Amino acid sequence: METVLELRDITKQFPGVLANDHINLTLNQGEIHALLGENGAGKSTLMNILYGLYQPTKGEIFVRGKKVELHGPGDAIRAGIGMVHQHFMLIPVFTVTENVMLGEESVKVGDMLDRQVAAKRIKEISDRFGLQVDPNAMVGDLPVGVQQRVEIIKLLYREADILIFDEPTAVLTPQEADALFEIMHSLTSQGKSIIFITHKLREVLEAADRISVIRRGKKVGEADPKTANQQSLADLMVGRAVALEVEKNPVKLGAVHLEIKALHVSNDANHETVKNVSFDVHGGEVMGIAGVQGNGQTELVEAVTGLRPITSGTIKLMGDEINHASPRQITERGLAHVPEDRQRDGLVLQFPITDNLALQEYYRPPYSQGMVMQDDYILKHANELIKEFDIRTPNAITPAGALSGGNQQKVIVARELTRPIKLLVASQPTRGVDVGSIEFIHDQILARRDQGCAVLLVSTELDEVMKLSDRIAVMFDGKVTAIVERSAVTKEQVGLLMAGASLQEALGDTAEKA
Amino acid sequence: MRNYVNSLIDGLFPLFATLAALAVGAVMLLLLGANPLVGFGALLQGAFGSPNAWADTAVKATPLLLVGLGICIAFRSGVINIGGEGQMIMGALASISLGLSFPSAPGIIIVPLALILGFVAGAIWGGIPGFLKARFNVNEILSTIMMNVIAVQFMNMLLRGVLIDQNQLGAAKIPQTARLSTAFDLPRLVPTRLHLGILLAVLLAFLVYYFLWRTTVGYKIRAVGLNRFASRYAGIKVEQYMVLSLLLSGAFSGLAGAVQVYGVTHFMITDGTAAGFTGSAGFNGIVAALFGQLHPLGTIPASFLFGALLVGANQMQRATQVPAALITALNGLVVVFVVSSEIYRQQRVRRRAIAEMKKQEALASQTKG
Repeated sequence: METVLELRDITKQFPGVLANDHINLTLNQGEIHALLGENGAGKSTLMNILYGLYQPTKGEIFVRGKKVELHGPGDAIRAGIGMVHQHFMLIPVFTVTENVMLGEESVKVGDMLDRQVAAKRIKEISDRFGLQVDPNAMVGDLPVGVQQRVEIIKLLYREADILIFDEPTAVLTPQEADALFEIMHSLTSQGKSIIFITHKLREVLEAADRISVIRRGKKVGEADPKTANQQSLADLMVGRAVALEVEKNPVKLGAVHLEIKALHVSNDANHETVKNVSFDVHGGEVMGIAGVQGNGQTELVEAVTGLRPITSGTIKLMGDEINHASPRQITERGLAHVPEDRQRDGLVLQFPITDNLALQEYYRPPYSQGMVMQDDYILKHANELIKEFDIRTPNAITPAGALSGGNQQKVIVARELTRPIKLLVASQPTRGVDVGSIEFIHDQILARRDQGCAVLLVSTELDEVMKLSDRIAVMFDGKVTAIVERSAVTKEQVGLLMAGASLQEALGDTAEKA
Repeated sequence: MRNYVNSLIDGLFPLFATLAALAVGAVMLLLLGANPLVGFGALLQGAFGSPNAWADTAVKATPLLLVGLGICIAFRSGVINIGGEGQMIMGALASISLGLSFPSAPGIIIVPLALILGFVAGAIWGGIPGFLKARFNVNEILSTIMMNVIAVQFMNMLLRGVLIDQNQLGAAKIPQTARLSTAFDLPRLVPTRLHLGILLAVLLAFLVYYFLWRTTVGYKIRAVGLNRFASRYAGIKVEQYMVLSLLLSGAFSGLAGAVQVYGVTHFMITDGTAAGFTGSAGFNGIVAALFGQLHPLGTIPASFLFGALLVGANQMQRATQVPAALITALNGLVVVFVVSSEIYRQQRVRRRAIAEMKKQEALASQTKG
C-alpha cells in the first residue's frame, strides 16, 4: 500500500503554548485514518498546517514521497489535499453547480461560465461516489447532510485525493452520519484517502481503518479499530481511566413534579410541531426524550421553560399551572434549564464568567442589594463554583466566550444545578463537550436525580438517553409515540421507535407499555 | 508586569490611530500647498494655546460628552439612536420655555428645573421611537432620524410663533427668542466662557459608568445588548430595557440641549436647520462615544479631542488658508483610523486570552500528570 501523505516531526509553537509537539503521521492510499482527541488537543492546528493555513515551527510534509511546502490553501489543493470544514463554506442562494465552480471559474477573457459542462461533471462525480446530489438544486434548500456532500464534491471537482474531514458528524443526525460513513468508504474504495478528525469514540470504531490519538499536542498512541474498544480509546484520549458507564442508584420515585397534558405548540413559522403531548415526570427520575433532531423536542422544551407560548393544553410544575408564566416565574418555582444552544441562550459570551454565573439570580440578595450589584460576593461565589465544577479558566473574570465548549457548558451546569431546584430540563447537555466533561456533567445530573429532583433529558444522542434515563419518551413528528421503561428496551428498539415505528412493531410481542 | 504593559499598549491604540490620521492629514495639507507644521501648530494653539482656548475646547466638548453618554447606554443595549439632534432641540425648547415664562423667578429654582425639564423632554423624544420599536417593531434608526426632522420643524414653528422675541414682532421678524434672564446663566468657573455644564457632564460620566457596570439595571441593559436570547432565558424583559435605554439616551441629549441654552447661547435662534442650533453635536456625540469605545469614561477624553479639533480648526484655517472642510475630513479620518485599529486591539486581546488559557491548561496537565 502506497503512503500518500507523511507528516514528519510537525511542531507548532504559539506564544506560550506548544500546540503540536513532534507529531508523526502517515496516511496510506485508500484508508480512513482517524485523528482522535479532545477539544483543544491540537487536531485542528495540525490540520490547518496540512491545509497551508499555518506554517509549522518545525517538521516536514511529504505528499507521495515528495516534500512539499504549503503556504496557503491554494498550495494544498495543488498538492491534492482538500478539507471539508466543520462549518460549510457554501453560498445558500447559489446552486450546487455555482457553488462548486466558485473560485474555479475560467479567467480567460471572453470565456463565459460554462455551467452545463460543470453540471455534467458534478453529476458524474455524484454518481461515481454515490453522493446523490442534484447539480441544479439551490444549496439553501438542501438538508445539512446533503450540503456536506456538496462540500465533498467541491474537493473532488478539484481532483483532491487526500480528503480531510473536520468533525464532520457534529452537524448530522445519526442517520446522516451513517450515510456519510458509507460515502467515506465509497471514496476510499476508489482510491481516495481520508483523514477523519473527531472526538466521538463510537464513530472512529465504526468508520476508521486506523486510529491515532492526540492529547495536549502530542501523539500518544495508535490503535487498531478491530482490537480497540471505546474504553481503551477514551482512557488514551483523556490520559486517565474514564468511566463511560455510569453507576445508577435505584429510583426513589417522588411526587409528580412536571405534568404535561394535551400540549400543542407551534414553531416560529406557525407550524404545529408539538402535537397533543402528555406525560409526567416524578421527582427522583430521569425522563429521557429520544428523537431525531427536529421532531418537536426543541419547541417542547421552550414551552416548558416559558420561552415559547403554547397553543393549548396544560403544563404544571409542582402542581401549579405554568401555561403562561414567564421564564422568571418558572425559574423561581424551581426550574433549572440547560439550554440546547448554550452560546445562544445559556451564556452572554462577552460577559465574564462571574456575570454569567449570576445570570439567573443577579436581581436578588446576596448577588445584589437594592439596585447595586455585589461584585465581591459574585466574585467569591464564582471562584467557589469554578473550583467545585472544575471549570478550566485563567481566572473568574475571563469572558465565557474564551472558554472551550466543555468549560462553557460547565459554567451553565454550575449555575443551574447549585440552586434549590425541583425540575431540571437538560437539552443536549453534552453536545460538543469533551469526554472528561461529559462524565462530569452526567454525574452531576444523576446526583440531582438522587436528591429528588425531576429530570427531563432531551438528547439526540441515543447513547446518552439510554445511559441516563429511567423512562424514555420517544418523539416522532411532534407526538410522543411511546413511553417505555428504560430497562424494558434495547437501543435498537428505541432506534426503531425514533424512526417512526409503532410500539408493536418495535418491541414485537414483548410490548409492554410503562 | 507584562500584563500591565499590554493593557497600556491597548489603551494607547486610539492615540496611535489618531497620529496616523494626522499624518494623512499632513499629506492633504501639503497637497493644498500649506505647511503641515504651521497648520497643526495653529490647530494646537487654537485648541490649547491659552486659558481661553482651553475653555472653548471644554465648552465644545460638553454637548458631545452629554450626547455621547446617552449613546453609550443605547448602543450597549443594542439599539441605535441617531436622534440626538432632535432630542437636543426638544430639551432646549422645553428648558428655554420655562426660563422665558418666569423671567423674574430666582435662578436657583429655575436653572435646576430647566435642566430637569430638558432631560425629561429628551427622554420623551427618545422614548417614542423606543416604544414604537418594542410595540410595533419599528426600526429605531428610521424613527429616530424622522423624529429629528419633526423636532426641527417644531423648533421653527415655536421660534416664529409663541416663543418669538416680542421686539422682533414689529421689526425684521427674525425667528429668535428673547435672551434668558442673566440670573439664569449657568455659573462660569473661571473668567472665560467655561460654564458649570462641563463639570456636570464629567460627573454624569462617572454616574453612567456606575449605572452600567455596578447596578442590576445596567447589568440587564448590557446583557440585552450582547445577547437577547440569553437575556430572555434569564427572565429579562428584553423590549422593556430597549425602551428604557433609548429613553435614557434621549434624556442625555435633551440635557445637552438645555445645558447649551443655559450655559452658552442664552437664547435660541433658528436658521431652519438642526445644526444651526446643535452644531451637529447630536451626531458628533455618537462619534465621540464610539471613539471612547462606548465607555462613559472613555467618552470624556474622546469628547475633548473632538472639541479641540472643532476649536482648533478655525485657527488652522486662519493660519494656512485651507478650507475648514479639511477639518471635517480630518475628523472623519480620525474616526476611520480609530475604528479600524479597534479590530487589531480586539485581536490582540483575544490572542492573549487564548494563549493564557492554553498555558493554564498545560500547567494543569503537568501538575496532574
